Amino acid sequence: MQEFEPKIVAFVCNWCTYAGADLTGTSRIKYSANVKIIRFPCTGRIDFMILMKAFENGADGIIVSGCHPNDCHYSTGNFHARRRWIVFRNLLNFTGIDTERIQFSWVSAAEGFKWADVVNNTVKKIKEIGPYENYNKIAVSTLFNEEGATNE
Amino acid sequence: MSRIGVFVCHCGENISATVNCEKVAKITGELKGVEFATDYKYMCSDPGQTLLKEAIKEHKLDGVVVAACSPRMHEPTFRKACAEAGLNPFLCEMSNIREHCSWVHPKDDLTTEKAQDLVRVMVEKVKKNKALNSIKVPVTKTALVVGGGIAGIQAALDIANCGHKVIMVERQPSIGGHMSQLSETFPTLDCSQCILTPRMVEVAQHPNITLHTYSEVESVDGFIGNFKVKIRKKSKSLDEHLCTGCGLCTTKCPQKKIPNEFERGLGFRPAIYVPFPQAVPNKPVIDREHCTYYIKGKCKVCEIVCPTKAIRFDQEDEVIDVAVGAIVMATGFDVLKTDYFPEYGYGKYADVIDGLAFERLASASGPTQGEIRRPSDGQIPKKIVFVACAGSRDPAKGIEYCSKICCMYTAKHAMLYKHKVHDGIPYVFYMDIRAGGKNYEEFVRRTIVEDETQYIRGRVSTIYEKNGKLIVKGADTLMGGIPIEIEADMVVLATFFAEAHPKLKPVETNTAGIFLAGACQAPKDIPESVAAASGAAVKVAALFSNDELTRDPLVAVVNRSAPPVYSQCVGCFLCQSVCPYQAIEREEIKNRNGEVIKTLARVNEGLCQGCGTCVALCRTKAIDIHGYSNQQVYTEIMALLND
Repeated sequence: MQEFEPKIVAFVCNWCTYAGADLTGTSRIKYSANVKIIRFPCTGRIDFMILMKAFENGADGIIVSGCHPNDCHYSTGNFHARRRWIVFRNLLNFTGIDTERIQFSWVSAAEGFKWADVVNNTVKKIKEIGPYENYNKIAVSTLFNEEGATNE
Repeated sequence: MSRIGVFVCHCGENISATVNCEKVAKITGELKGVEFATDYKYMCSDPGQTLLKEAIKEHKLDGVVVAACSPRMHEPTFRKACAEAGLNPFLCEMSNIREHCSWVHPKDDLTTEKAQDLVRVMVEKVKKNKALNSIKVPVTKTALVVGGGIAGIQAALDIANCGHKVIMVERQPSIGGHMSQLSETFPTLDCSQCILTPRMVEVAQHPNITLHTYSEVESVDGFIGNFKVKIRKKSKSLDEHLCTGCGLCTTKCPQKKIPNEFERGLGFRPAIYVPFPQAVPNKPVIDREHCTYYIKGKCKVCEIVCPTKAIRFDQEDEVIDVAVGAIVMATGFDVLKTDYFPEYGYGKYADVIDGLAFERLASASGPTQGEIRRPSDGQIPKKIVFVACAGSRDPAKGIEYCSKICCMYTAKHAMLYKHKVHDGIPYVFYMDIRAGGKNYEEFVRRTIVEDETQYIRGRVSTIYEKNGKLIVKGADTLMGGIPIEIEADMVVLATFFAEAHPKLKPVETNTAGIFLAGACQAPKDIPESVAAASGAAVKVAALFSNDELTRDPLVAVVNRSAPPVYSQCVGCFLCQSVCPYQAIEREEIKNRNGEVIKTLARVNEGLCQGCGTCVALCRTKAIDIHGYSNQQVYTEIMALLND
């Protein structure tokens, strides 16, 4: 059987983690190709519906990463992201999505090695957890099951 | 229907070594809406850009995706090329298939597939891009220079001589910085004061320079061209307008035994003092920590003797707000604290001193009037050991890099010592001699040959006191590592300096409009600090040569629609409470009778920096951000996950 290759989306800020990932490249540090980056101006921009959208479209895991606390280019964006994440985590639990599928982290523009570690560790973890299929199950059951309610 | 052009760059072999660029171009060329797709060896080169421009014209492209390096590198290049071909620059996007793909993955199908995914994401995104126009913001043509050492002085004078206003902030009571403490400077042995003090006076008298000494920057807000700075002017307990600088108060002050910071603790000063005779401004300040009046509540001798009644015991700190367009950081350095060198007895033995203290001993205006006398008993040391690289190039101390100037100033110290103590023997322990400047090597040679300084290549392991002598233990690595023991009268450590990292939060140093000069950036000698300062000054002058700056229009915008809806915005103003730039304004919508029917949020484009925190927060999705709009982001996610 072919090994499970998870699809992981990374939502990163332009100023720290995107630049950090650039440094990973410049330093030629190898990491897993499963993770693909979508650039944001700031982690503060990342509305958590964006994460739900990614799960809806078949992401197995998500990385959210920005500047370290106190180092935000816009001074406070990452604090808003962090607060929002604390609230959102409960919502994720409620919806039945394993919070382990989301890796929240700080990677600065100088931490090329850390970015590679974050990616590799997340890929390893998601491979252990397995593919995420629940969203599609929910969608199918609510649409086609007349009795509705249970989505086991 | 879109007409997108895709340009896949090989970057020589940087991309094509692991990514099949032809295949990426071919596959993405089949995507819906892609009119033209090609690959080329160097897209950023002149022929590459020409290829891009011609394709835009020939195929009437309305969107461009360049798959190459990081957009942080070449996005401006390709956007400019698009603009030259008549395409709005904000209809150009880059896929990062080098830093985020070819350089970090091995050569296999997965890597090429990832590159295709990344290009597809941008193709879908660019379909949702809007043509945007740059925002123009005015420039405040005043510069702030933080730090009044030689670097700050040079930068301030250069900017002021270009005809711009300069505000200089210095923490100490006088400008001059560390250079004013030096005795003579290498490699010419010029008197440091002689070349520095005229420049200090020039700063004070320059019509374009406002000087704030004994002051510190409290906070910086804003952005390039438009910074708002709070400066705390610490109370000098003195009315500077009345004070004539006669100095009577400093001679009458009963507190006379306060260690003098300027003399590195080798001399004393009163509680009301001028740091050194050539200080600019040459007016005293009261050190409230040591002043008898502030400690015990009585004394006021200075107030009694002052002929102009300039003393103000009740004066308070003053915080002033200034608006500047650019900031030059020239905060300099400090020498490492004594606790870094327990093995050398630095801080424990009075005769183990640092290089800056030796400068004061050698200085004609210093505590010994230029005679080399050891601090403990005032004897002239006959054997003196200089330890170079004390703290630098030492991973065990956490400082791996070279402090660069110590080789030269140690050679200078040995030379100055020999010139003053003819029968003395100077020893220098060194790791390598790094004398890479004009006339530097010759200078070190002179120290060794003409002034008979004993250079020993090796590190000092320990220094301890025995019978009034300092026993310096080390090894001579050029003699096969044989142990060496020297009974010295005095030891000078060429201590590493810790650069004073600017604390400028929330604005970081990589922020546009903030420049660095001098040793706050890296170890630098005087010529290098001056050169860096002039470089920073030119950058500031270039910035000030424009009346307006253009900024990327990637800012937030509140949607508007026709009456009676006007906007999805319900006026909750959550966005206003999270905006770090106070860019959200209240806009009142009135009916034809002038009655307010709705209050909406509005974005001030000049203030908005485009972080997008408001967008993520908006509960009605009424606010969006150009370049990272909800539509664009959702499109990207869908394109990435559905191939």
